[in-house]
Amino acid sequence: MQARALRSRRDFLKVSALATGGMLVAVTIPGIGRRAIAASTDAPFAPNAFIRLTPDGTVTVVVGYSEMGQGVLTAVPMLVAEELDADWSRVRFEQAPSDPVYKNPLFGIQATGGSTTVRASWQPMREAGATARAMLIAAAARRWGVSPQECHTVAGRVVHADGRSLAYGELATDAAHEPVPTQVALKDPRQFRILGQSLDRLDTPLKIDGSGRFGIDVRVPGGYTAVLARPPVPGAKPRHWNAAHAKSLPGVKAIVEVPGGIAAVADGYWNAKKARDALDVQWDLGANTAYSSDGIRRTFLALAQGSGTVARQDGDAAAALHGPTATKHLDAVYEVPYLAHACMEPMNATASVTADGIDVWGSVQAPGAIQQALAAAFHLKPDQIRVTTTLLGGGFGRRFGLDYVFDAAFVSKAVGAPVHVMYPREDDMHAQFYRPAALLRFDAALGRDGMPVALRMNTVCASIAKAAHMPLHDGIDSFAVEGLTACPYRIPNLRIEWSESEPPYSVWFWRSVGHSQNIFFVEGIVDELAVAAGKDPYEYRRDLLGGAPRYRGVLELAAEKAGWSKPPAPGRHRGIAVGESFGSYVAEVAEVSVGPDGAVKVHRVVCAVDCGRVVNPRIVERQMESAIVYGLSAALYGRITIEHGRVQQSNFNDYPVVRIDEMPQVEVVILPSTENPGGVGEPGLPPLAPAVVNAIYAATGKRLRSLPIDTGALRRA
Amino acid sequence: MYTLHVNGKTHSVEVTPDTPLLWVLRDTLNMTGTKFGCGEALCGACTVHLDGVPVRSCSIPVSAAAGKHVTTIEAVGATAAGRAVQKAWLALDVPQCGYCQSGQIMSAAALLARKPAPTDADIDAAMAGNICRCGTYNQIRAAIKDAAADLGHGG
Repeated sequence: MQARALRSRRDFLKVSALATGGMLVAVTIPGIGRRAIAASTDAPFAPNAFIRLTPDGTVTVVVGYSEMGQGVLTAVPMLVAEELDADWSRVRFEQAPSDPVYKNPLFGIQATGGSTTVRASWQPMREAGATARAMLIAAAARRWGVSPQECHTVAGRVVHADGRSLAYGELATDAAHEPVPTQVALKDPRQFRILGQSLDRLDTPLKIDGSGRFGIDVRVPGGYTAVLARPPVPGAKPRHWNAAHAKSLPGVKAIVEVPGGIAAVADGYWNAKKARDALDVQWDLGANTAYSSDGIRRTFLALAQGSGTVARQDGDAAAALHGPTATKHLDAVYEVPYLAHACMEPMNATASVTADGIDVWGSVQAPGAIQQALAAAFHLKPDQIRVTTTLLGGGFGRRFGLDYVFDAAFVSKAVGAPVHVMYPREDDMHAQFYRPAALLRFDAALGRDGMPVALRMNTVCASIAKAAHMPLHDGIDSFAVEGLTACPYRIPNLRIEWSESEPPYSVWFWRSVGHSQNIFFVEGIVDELAVAAGKDPYEYRRDLLGGAPRYRGVLELAAEKAGWSKPPAPGRHRGIAVGESFGSYVAEVAEVSVGPDGAVKVHRVVCAVDCGRVVNPRIVERQMESAIVYGLSAALYGRITIEHGRVQQSNFNDYPVVRIDEMPQVEVVILPSTENPGGVGEPGLPPLAPAVVNAIYAATGKRLRSLPIDTGALRRA
Repeated sequence: MYTLHVNGKTHSVEVTPDTPLLWVLRDTLNMTGTKFGCGEALCGACTVHLDGVPVRSCSIPVSAAAGKHVTTIEAVGATAAGRAVQKAWLALDVPQCGYCQSGQIMSAAALLARKPAPTDADIDAAMAGNICRCGTYNQIRAAIKDAAADLGHGG
C-alpha cells in the first residue's frame, strides 16, 4: 500500500517539477483549446478551452479547478466574465474534463490546492475573456462595416458609437471565424463591474436540493461497490482471510486482494461492507506495533533538544542568547498532534479499467496527477486516463492523495468491471495522510528594553515534501518550516532549525499545511515574549512589525475592529495573532471565557485579511470564517493518537469537531488592497489557535503550549 | 421485500432487513441527494424525515422504515417549511462544499415544521447533530431565522 502511494506521489511530483515556472498558458493557442472541447460541444464560438458562447447568449465557462467549497466554480467564471464583459445572468459553469490545457500554471498539472486557483487564474482567465471579447467586437465591426475601434461592449452586447448594438449570441457564429488575437489589453481595475462584487455563487442551486453530484453519487452501469479490509498498522500484511464465507453473503460479487488490502466487491455499499467485516482477516502486524504517541513524542523531544538543519539564520542566535545584551531568558516546548482532515464526504472513487484505458470519476483535487500516476502504474499513456471531476465533499488537501483512486483502479482491474471504492468513516479516519505531529523547542532572550535579542527554534516533524516526493532545498522541507522562516518580527539574532523524524504514519497536506502548526508556535512564543517584557501583546507585535506593513496593516485593523483598546465584556478575555500564508495576511482576535471546570468558550473571532485584490468579497469572508471553524475544531479537539501502532480514533465520537452550538460570532473585515490576489482557502486558519490560546492566557494566566487545548489544565478547583 | 413510501411514491425493495434506509435510498432507489457521512448517526448528513420526524437514515434499518412515509431532500421543497428553508439557503448562499447541506436542510425543515419561530436554543438543539466541516453554521442559523420569518409572513 505504501509503495503504491509513493509511486503515485513520485510521478505527480516529476510532472510538477518539470513544469515549474511554466506560466505559458494555452488560452491564446486555439488549437490546443479546441482539442479539449471538440468532443463535448456544438457551441459555434469556442475561442479557447475555457469559453463557449451559444446563439442564445449563454456563456459557459469551463473550469479546470476542483470545487470543494472554496467557490472556484463562481470565482473563475467571474474572472472570465469581467474581461468578456458578459451579462452575468447568462454565465454558467461547467467542470472541465482532464486535459493538460486545464493545468494549474502554478503547479504545471491540473490540480487544485495551496489556495492557488484565483492566483493561478487571475491573468490567464481574464485574458481568455478579453480574447473572446475582441473576437466578438471584430465580428460585429465586420458585419457593420465599421472599425473595431468604434465599438465597445456592455454586459453581453457589442455597441457601436452610433448606438447600434448586437447581442453576443447573435455574433457567436461569426466570431468563430475571426482570427484569435495574440495580444489583448486588460481593463483598468477601476473599470471592474463584476470583480469585487459579492455575486451569488453559481453552484448554490445544486447544493440545496440534492441534485449536485459528488464522487459518492457516481453510478456507472454494470458497476459494483467495494469496501476494503486495510492494514490496521502501517506495513501489516494479510495472512489469512475467510473469502469463502464473505463471498457467500448476499449481493457479493468477489473477494480480491489488491495492494490496498482485501476488497469485498458487492452490489452496493451495505453488502460490500458486511462482506468486508465478515472477512475476518488475520494480519501479520510487523514491527510497527511498537509505535505509540508517547514514544513518538519522546523521540521528537530528544531531537528538539539537539540541533537540526538550519532553515534561516540572521545574526548569531547562539552567541546572543548568552551575550551581554540578553537580560531575560525564556525557553519551552510547543507541540501539536497528528490531525485527520475528516472531510464530510469520506474518501471514495469510481474507476473502470478497460483495454483502452482507465476512466476515473470522483471527488479529486488533482486530475493531472491521477493521469500521470495511473499511466505509470498501469503502463498507459496519460491521455488514456480520463478523469471526471465531480463536486468534492470537502478537500482540505486530503483529496490531493491518490490512495482511494488507486484502490478503485486496482479493484476494477481485478474484477473486470467498473468499481466504486468506498471508505467507511472509520477507514477514512485510519487512512493517515495526516497533518504531521510536530514539536518545537525555543530559546529566547530579551534585552533591557524588553525587545527580543535572540530567538532560536528547532522544530521536529516528518517531511510532507518527502511523502509527496517533492525536492528538499538545502536539506530543508519548506512545508516543515513555512510560517517559521517567514517570521516577520524584528529579531536581530534568529535561528530556525528543522529536525526530521519519520514515524511510519504518512503525512500530507492539511488545510494551511506547515503554517497550521508553525504560526501557532511563533504567535504563542511572541505572546510569551510580550508578557515577559511586561507589554501589551498587540502593541508589542506592532512595534516588532515596523518593517512588515502588510502584517501590521491587518494587525491594526483586527485590533481596531475588536475594540482592543477597550476592555471586553466581564468574564471575557482577548488574544491576538497574525500570520501570512499563501500570499495573504490575516490577523485574528479571539474573545474567550474559561469556566471553573476549565471549559473554553470562544464567543467571538474578529478577522482582518489582506488578500490583495478581491474577486468576490463574500466568498473571501466565508472562506475566512470556514478556516476559523476548521482551525477551532483542531484547537479544541483535533488529535489523532497512536497506541500499539494503531490509530485510536475512528469516527466523530472520538474525533469531535465544532458543532453549531459551539460556533463563535465571526466578523471578517477585508483590508482594501491593489496587490495581486493572494489565496483565501487556507490563510484564515493559522492565526486562530494562537489567538485562542493567547486569550486563554489572558483569562487564566496559564500558557498552553500544546494542542488540542487541555481543559483539565485550566480547571480551577 | 419491504414497502417504502418515499416522497409520495411507493416502492417495493428486496434487501436484507438490516440494510439501513440510507443505502436503500442511495443504492437501491438511486436517490443520491441523501448523503453518507459517518454510518453511526454522529454527523447528520443522512437526515431524512420518517413520518415527518427527522432521523439519521444511516442508522434506521429498512425493516423499521417499512410502511412509513419517507421524505428526502429531493422532495422537501414540496413542503412549506422545506420550501422556505431552501429559499433562505439560496438567498444567503449558505453552502460551501455542499455535502452536508441535504442533512442540514432536512433538520432545519423539520424544526420549522414543528416550531415556526425557533429561538437560538431551539436551533442549537435541532441542528447540533449536523456537522459542517466548511463551518457554515452562522449562515445556517441566519437562514433558519429568515425562513421562519418568511413562513410567518406567508401564513
